[in-house]
Amino acid sequence: MTDPIIRLSGIDKFYGDFQALYDVNAEIRTGEFFSLLGPSGCGKTTLLRTIAGFEDVSAGRVEIAGQSMENVPANRRPTNMVFQSYAIFPHMTVAENVAYGLKARKMPKDQIATEVATALKQVGLEGYGERASHAMSGGQRQRVALARALVLKPKVLLLDEPLSALDKKMREQMQSELRHLQRAVGITFILVTHDQEEALTMSDRIAVMFEGRIGQLASPQELYRRPVNRKVAEFIGVMNFLDVSVRAGTAGTFDCEIAGLGKAVVPAEQAPGGVDASVTAGVRPEMLTILSGENARSEREASGVVEDVYYYGDMTYYDVKLDGVDHPVTISMRNTAGRAVLSRQDRARVGWGAESVLLLK
Amino acid sequence: MSGFTKWRRSEEASGWLLVSPTLVYSILMLAAPLAMVVALSFWTQDYLQLDKTFTLKNYIEAWSEPIYQTLMGRSLKISAFVTALTILLAFPVAYYVSFYVPQKRKPLWIFLITIPFWTSYLMRIFLWKVILGYNGVVNGSLLGLGLIEQPLSFILYNQNAVVVTLAHAWVPFAILPIFVALEKIDRSLLEAAEDLGDGPLRRFIRVTLPLAMPGVVAATVIVFIPTIGDYVTPRLVGGPNGLMISNMIELQFKKANNAPLGAALALSAMFLVSVISLIFVWLNRKYLVGQK
Repeated sequence: MTDPIIRLSGIDKFYGDFQALYDVNAEIRTGEFFSLLGPSGCGKTTLLRTIAGFEDVSAGRVEIAGQSMENVPANRRPTNMVFQSYAIFPHMTVAENVAYGLKARKMPKDQIATEVATALKQVGLEGYGERASHAMSGGQRQRVALARALVLKPKVLLLDEPLSALDKKMREQMQSELRHLQRAVGITFILVTHDQEEALTMSDRIAVMFEGRIGQLASPQELYRRPVNRKVAEFIGVMNFLDVSVRAGTAGTFDCEIAGLGKAVVPAEQAPGGVDASVTAGVRPEMLTILSGENARSEREASGVVEDVYYYGDMTYYDVKLDGVDHPVTISMRNTAGRAVLSRQDRARVGWGAESVLLLK
Repeated sequence: MSGFTKWRRSEEASGWLLVSPTLVYSILMLAAPLAMVVALSFWTQDYLQLDKTFTLKNYIEAWSEPIYQTLMGRSLKISAFVTALTILLAFPVAYYVSFYVPQKRKPLWIFLITIPFWTSYLMRIFLWKVILGYNGVVNGSLLGLGLIEQPLSFILYNQNAVVVTLAHAWVPFAILPIFVALEKIDRSLLEAAEDLGDGPLRRFIRVTLPLAMPGVVAATVIVFIPTIGDYVTPRLVGGPNGLMISNMIELQFKKANNAPLGAALALSAMFLVSVISLIFVWLNRKYLVGQK
């Protein structure tokens, strides 16, 4: 197989006057689990559909396995899709659904039967072949849709928000199953989702999209730890933003004065998008610590008042209003043995370090 | 509270109250006459005398006389042709409106499709007479173009004219159910079919058409049942060879003065239509399974 399996270069997409995609460039590697993540209306589904061949691009190129997909209709592309609504044919049984694409390829009947049985087994629906498709539950329909696509052994499997219609428990189960399935079949998966947690837990790499543009394309860890801008940081996980005044320091560092926290010297790699007047300081909730007990110490210390407490059992989330800052910051603490949970209006000592601060535009 | 007052205020009572005007009307105008026709079909008539002794003579005659067999067969045949032609004409229109007309213009299109109903049915038949007649539009145009030397006579006053006229009259009734069925098809199913490797034609055959079948079956029933008993059209454009069973029924009731035989013919036709319709209803059930 060629690498990258998909190359998107300079893709624009217009619907009349509305531009849905702006100069999208990306390379998707063979065999990876790739996610397109973004809020609704960001163009992620449009992008997926241009790969599938349901939308043509207004400008730019889609290449799959080294071949241009210009003028190649959806039925001739080496991709298959799992639709958001699953799109299970209601007038066919489960087996007929799975056999649909094989029949289109004019595969002999007995071979179809074997392939269908294998595919159903793969998705955990062994023995369901003769069921009417409308008698299947949401999770089962999802598996039928998966089997129907995978049985064709596509080069790329496209998944359009496949888990959004499932309840939480089912969704978590399907997340891990999808992951396992992807490793087992070794096919490149492209998942469209608006759920950042889903994208983080499942993907090898993620493209975060906003308003028709890719904001950042990186691994989950990179996205979380080094978001390139405020928008990405806000979308991935929780990020506290604090005003900051920055001066260039020595040897590629920045001297920062962060509102509510204090002074810090921040290395340049913690400002992945560069620094200008609009920059703010971003701190993840788990990077701040509530210091409890006289002996608890931290590299740096700030103080504030607890505004709200959200107790989750294993974790406690605090909204703490740092002295001199209007809006509260969120701090998450693991409820380890012996650590007291503060109450509202308690004074809190907040520990932090320069390495936990990001400078974001 | 007495039992009656209690019942009067119940939901059941208000239900009965709501349906009663229609119910009374249907009993008086539909059920009662039908019962009379049924009774009549087992009696005999001698000029103005009705002999009310039970007999199956009328039915035996209705089913065994070649002339009635011919007319019944012809009615079925014409109906079948009308239905087939109507569906063939209606499907592309319904398909176009459902798949190619922008969503917000669809109501306008549906409205336009119903416009023929603004003219009386009789008027439309007469228009067809004008179009198909010896000196009509079709012949006039063909003569004017020099394509024919003599006016064509086979286009009016025969079965073809009946089929054409009836199909035109019923097309809107067929378009609507087919349109509704097409509208209900989840468009992602069509994308899925394409994604799985089907070109437009195979996709139509494997997905669109089967899913549109409930509409097609409904249209078939809607067109087939009334046309088999149609009386005006064959009378006006059918000529001697285009007459159908209903014309014979009329003849028996009026000129032939044999109402019982007319009744037996009418009920036999009704029986045939019911059997055929039930087959379609059964087909529809079969197709409807699995579609929600």
